[in-house]
Amino acid sequence: MTSQGSKLGLDPDMVRAARHLARVAGQPIVDMARSHSTVSVERAVLRLAGLDGADDGGMPWVNRLVDAVRETTGLEHGVALPAWDALATGGYPGLAALASDAAAGQVKFRVPEGEGAAAARAAARAALARGFAAIDARRAQRESMIGETSDPPRPWIYLIVATGDIYEDIPQAQAAAREGADVIAVIRSTGQSLLDYVPEGATREGFAGTYATRENFRLMRAALDETSRELGRYVRLTNYASGLCMPEIAALAGLERLDMMLNDCMYGIIFRDINPRRTFIDQRFSRQIHARAGIIINTGEDNYLTTADAVDAAHTVVVSQLLNEFFGAEAGLADWQLGLGHAFEISPEVPDSFSLELAHAQLVRELFPDAPLKYMPPTKHMTGNVFGGYLLDAFFNLAGVMTGQSILLVGMMTEGIHTPFLSDRDLALENVRYVARAAGQLGENFRPPPGGFVQQRAQHVLAEAVGLLRRIGSDGLLNAIGDGTFGITRRPADAGRGLEGVFERAEGYFNPAAEFLEDPATAGEGRKS
Amino acid sequence: MNGPMIRPYGDTTGDGRVQLSFTLPVPFGTERERAVAEGAALQLAAKMGLEPAMVVHAKGMGPAFTFFIVYGRASHLVDLSEVVVAEREFPVLSAAEINLRIRSGLGREIVVLGACIGTDAHTVGIDAILNVKGHAGEKGLEYYREMRVVNLGAQVDVADLAARASAERADAVLVSQVVTQRDAHLTGARALANAFGTRERPLLVVGGPRFDPTMAAELGVDKIFGRGTTPREVASYLVHALTGEPAAARA
Repeated sequence: MTSQGSKLGLDPDMVRAARHLARVAGQPIVDMARSHSTVSVERAVLRLAGLDGADDGGMPWVNRLVDAVRETTGLEHGVALPAWDALATGGYPGLAALASDAAAGQVKFRVPEGEGAAAARAAARAALARGFAAIDARRAQRESMIGETSDPPRPWIYLIVATGDIYEDIPQAQAAAREGADVIAVIRSTGQSLLDYVPEGATREGFAGTYATRENFRLMRAALDETSRELGRYVRLTNYASGLCMPEIAALAGLERLDMMLNDCMYGIIFRDINPRRTFIDQRFSRQIHARAGIIINTGEDNYLTTADAVDAAHTVVVSQLLNEFFGAEAGLADWQLGLGHAFEISPEVPDSFSLELAHAQLVRELFPDAPLKYMPPTKHMTGNVFGGYLLDAFFNLAGVMTGQSILLVGMMTEGIHTPFLSDRDLALENVRYVARAAGQLGENFRPPPGGFVQQRAQHVLAEAVGLLRRIGSDGLLNAIGDGTFGITRRPADAGRGLEGVFERAEGYFNPAAEFLEDPATAGEGRKS
Repeated sequence: MNGPMIRPYGDTTGDGRVQLSFTLPVPFGTERERAVAEGAALQLAAKMGLEPAMVVHAKGMGPAFTFFIVYGRASHLVDLSEVVVAEREFPVLSAAEINLRIRSGLGREIVVLGACIGTDAHTVGIDAILNVKGHAGEKGLEYYREMRVVNLGAQVDVADLAARASAERADAVLVSQVVTQRDAHLTGARALANAFGTRERPLLVVGGPRFDPTMAAELGVDKIFGRGTTPREVASYLVHALTGEPAAARA
């Protein structure tokens, strides 16, 4: 955006500098991700190759097979070479049979060489070609569903369901869609992000949310397809990739046509104490799959503002968005797939809080003009006074409408009290509808005067973001995270959950999925062989 | 009945006026349906002691539900002398107050070690209390500037936990126990107490959905938290026990 088109008088050179610094900070992380892999990346390869199901104890076969390979030959060459080699030499009908024997310790894996390796590679590529064909078909199906129904105008209204029971979630989601929701998010069970496996099957019990499983994805998508046809409007489905199983959940989301996925580059590190290396490696692979599947990611910058002060920490949001943009684009996501997040979390006690919110929201809008920005409602200052909360949510809706936000997560007056009642959702949607009807054109007339409060504030936040990015660039991003730059917690690169699942790729490492995702030309050869 | 006796106040002493909103699973479409819905709302209000009551707003939500806002006169009296206030051994403080009391009371950060012990792999509870992400709208203990949190995760051996607590100079050890088969949570808590001995040990805090909070002394630990505990309650307790009356807390 040029300074002429900017409502905030942003200096285009400073915007360019900010992007450049984000690249400088992010590139070493990308290099690390390209030379390493994780157990979850390897399990995602098997999932894309069609390995589903779990043993009697509920542990998925992908975990059993990857663990078995790791304990025998090691994973440094990737799971694919030993697995497809054993599949052929052992005469197994499929990966599930192999996994079952491997779990019982009855398979002698090796890293094949010569013709054995060539055969294993060819077989793995053929299996992955089928997996990616399935993902491509889902993407095409989304396009045709949108054509058959319609694509709702923005801002998309985003509503959450979270009962813990997928069979309760479904009617609630359908009701929410009928009441006007364009996007349904199914909140996950507390702590799923820390499970190093993806649960199986339809689930009816969860803690403050419903488990993300392939079957739950399928059931909800099918139900929303029915409702989309009924309403003549495509209702999008969202779930969460963040956590220890990002790559696998991304694969399942692509296979079951989810439309948006929470996928932040640092959320797991800061808020869940997941190892930074594990997170960045998993994140890159998962985003490559999202890119292929045509899924919009949602990043989690709103979380920073729930732990730190929303005025003091405003620039950390911008820094994280720039990093998420760099990592996302590097992984192949187009601008229309970058649902960068931010939030309306300034204390209502602060003078001019609404003007500050407008400055922040407009800044993000101008920095990322083509991104489907996701704007989150107040949570921190929702006190239990539901009447005051309803008013605050109206101001949030107004800021969202005035600054052209793309996805509005609908605020609930009962935030922090209980999971929303039916009536809470209905009142919240009434609030959004009123504000959009009353102030839909107000954005055009929102022209902050040059040098005025709003412009100055936006320029100040951008300058602070550039300063922080410069510091991160010289310290290194992993060191900056280790020093507690984001959130208020220190997260050293050699600590946190899931580090034991990270390994360096050996010479000759083979990942048939990465071939499709990194370099479409190679993938073409793969399909031929 | 000793009084004083009071009623809700609308705009006149003794008018008893209250406001209430709720949803009933009834349709609000046809004229007849609307009449039935409003009648149902008034019947509920009357049974709740609101008489007379007035439906000031009714709105259908989808084909099967109606939302109501009702005003009415509460027929009940409140006897202030019968109000019972639950006494808590420690006050629940805000995050800022907790940090301040640590700074002024100890002059250094509190070191908190957390773990699930034995074979228990359910870290949901300990993570809800410790992770920044937190629980029930409250940030976890990692959020507190004056606390240093070391979360050892699942399946930690109690001897290792005691050694680590000594190495980290932990002020408090938090253990969550979810598995209750064959009273594993009670056995675990006792093992924890035994591993630390009685002298010069950190504060031992145990939590889990099936614990009886009154059993702390019997199990040899300092404090037990049950279902629904929030991070701020735990933080408030730690501040109370570590900066308040340490001798009493560890007796």
